[in-house]
Amino acid sequence: MPAPGPFDPADGVVQLTGLTKHFGPVRAVDDLTCTVQPGRVTGFLGPNGAGKTTTLRLLLGLATPNAGTATIGGRPYRARRQPARHVGAALEAASFHPGRTARDHLRVYAPQVGVPESRADEVLAQVGLSDAADRRAGGFSLGMRQRLALATTLLGDPQVLLLDEPANGLDPEGIAWLRHFLRWLAEQGRTVLVSSHVLSEVEQTVDDVIIIARGRLVHASSLTQLEALARPAVRVVSPDVEGLAALVQEQGWAPATRFDGPGSATVYDRRAAEVGAAAFGRGLQLHELATADTSLEALFLQLTADPQPGAAPPTGGSPGMTPPSATAPAGGQR
Amino acid sequence: MIAALRTELRKVSTTRTWWLLALVMGVYMVAMAVIMAGSFVLAMRQAEASGEPADISGGLGGGMAAPLDATTVATSVYTLAVALGYIIPAILGALVVTTEFRHRTITPTLLAEPRRGLVLGAKLVAVIPFALVVALAGVVGTVVGGAATLAIFGEPTLLADPEIQGIIARQVLALVLWALVGVGFGSVLTNQVAAIVVLLAFTQFVEPLLRILLAQFDATEAASKFLPGAAGEAIAGSSLYVSSGLAQLLEVWQGALVLLGYAVLLVVIGRLTTFRRDIG
Repeated sequence: MPAPGPFDPADGVVQLTGLTKHFGPVRAVDDLTCTVQPGRVTGFLGPNGAGKTTTLRLLLGLATPNAGTATIGGRPYRARRQPARHVGAALEAASFHPGRTARDHLRVYAPQVGVPESRADEVLAQVGLSDAADRRAGGFSLGMRQRLALATTLLGDPQVLLLDEPANGLDPEGIAWLRHFLRWLAEQGRTVLVSSHVLSEVEQTVDDVIIIARGRLVHASSLTQLEALARPAVRVVSPDVEGLAALVQEQGWAPATRFDGPGSATVYDRRAAEVGAAAFGRGLQLHELATADTSLEALFLQLTADPQPGAAPPTGGSPGMTPPSATAPAGGQR
Repeated sequence: MIAALRTELRKVSTTRTWWLLALVMGVYMVAMAVIMAGSFVLAMRQAEASGEPADISGGLGGGMAAPLDATTVATSVYTLAVALGYIIPAILGALVVTTEFRHRTITPTLLAEPRRGLVLGAKLVAVIPFALVVALAGVVGTVVGGAATLAIFGEPTLLADPEIQGIIARQVLALVLWALVGVGFGSVLTNQVAAIVVLLAFTQFVEPLLRILLAQFDATEAASKFLPGAAGEAIAGSSLYVSSGLAQLLEVWQGALVLLGYAVLLVVIGRLTTFRRDIG
């Protein structure tokens, strides 16, 4: 349980409402509505090109939306003076002048962020880069760049952290370190949003997930609720179309079965042996009987896959789907 | 504004660009001054020996050129910084903006200070002290190289002449204004390589050609004075082009206003384009 931090939770709520951004005919972000809660690590997930970075840019006032609003603690980013003291954001791991040392990079931004220069050494120590403080960033490995990018976001000791693909380029040890670090930050009551295109990368880190694909929200829930959606399933193919339909009916599987085509079905919450035995008992010839991939990653791929008519995953009625309207409005305090 | 200024000053001071450019400026100007001073002195000697009157353009000026005497030689050599070297402070100014886009540091910059006009304004002010160093390197290089060469040949250096001193000193102002023009130009054309190439092409090729062409016709001659290079030379009060009869200049204050006008115009365009668009 998060310890009561010095932060007002209302100031940490990130709220996107109907956020839309077009690039020519492409809707990079399409009517996106969701809420990020303080005191939790939220994974902002989607395949490459889903609109994650664009969404963050809109949220941070670097780009202007065509419609909708994005607020942090009830206010647009650009409406704040010294916003980096409230929101720390890293959009690219390579936003450094290669000729500048790590310490100088941080010293450059300290005045604008609104903190004393001594913060530079503090945040370098926090991310484990103290030994590299006087080295030029141009010679940094991708992992070190990620740490320096993170250090930059921490300069203003912000309540809200927005990190774009922070685990990219980190070795397993670095990922484990990042996981603990982000947890520690969230436990202090901070809002932590991490984007990623691989669910497995953040699976052990996040409390909540927001999944987008093609600029649209496809899923928002706690990780636990998402995991509940990853149900075991069996894929079965038979040349006897009617026989297969009858089998599903007789066994009472109909509510948990998706017909992928004539003579092809996916049966949820059953094991392959069970389905095979039932088919054998009915004398139904099978051409295929296979256990479907039930990993969270497979579910993620399914959720973010291009829509195919008739092949929608049966997520209806699941507890995971958060209707956008049900999210709490961001506090307008301050 | 103070915080933004401190950040922008540190951005320049923590990289090597500014002193490398100052070094290039100094070496370039010493070399050019030595070459030009040497050539003029030799041309003078030749003319004296043959008994024919010589002018500084070697005939290019069409009879408009000043006679090749000690004053013409001194002013032509000592103003090389503003006649040729101004490309260096202009590049310094452009780099202040284009580096941010090249290395994508514009993102953390605008995250720390979302008021984009303020960021651009801070860049304009922050470039001044570094431009001053570059300008001094160029002017000192020109004077040292030129005067030393003249002295070696036994010609008068004319450094004690207050008018020449004024010309030398005013070049510093012109070169600093060129850095501001560079900032404006970089804010309009943020691609670093393109910005440097266009600056080089315009200052070293397009403008000199334009000045010579415009000066050929009465109708366009006045316009040539308003070109940025000519405005910079007007601040100094003289230049190789003038001595050669290839150009006429505005008054000192007019030149300063015109060059500053270019800087302001470019910054405004940059603010309304680059700094209004989506970043990234």
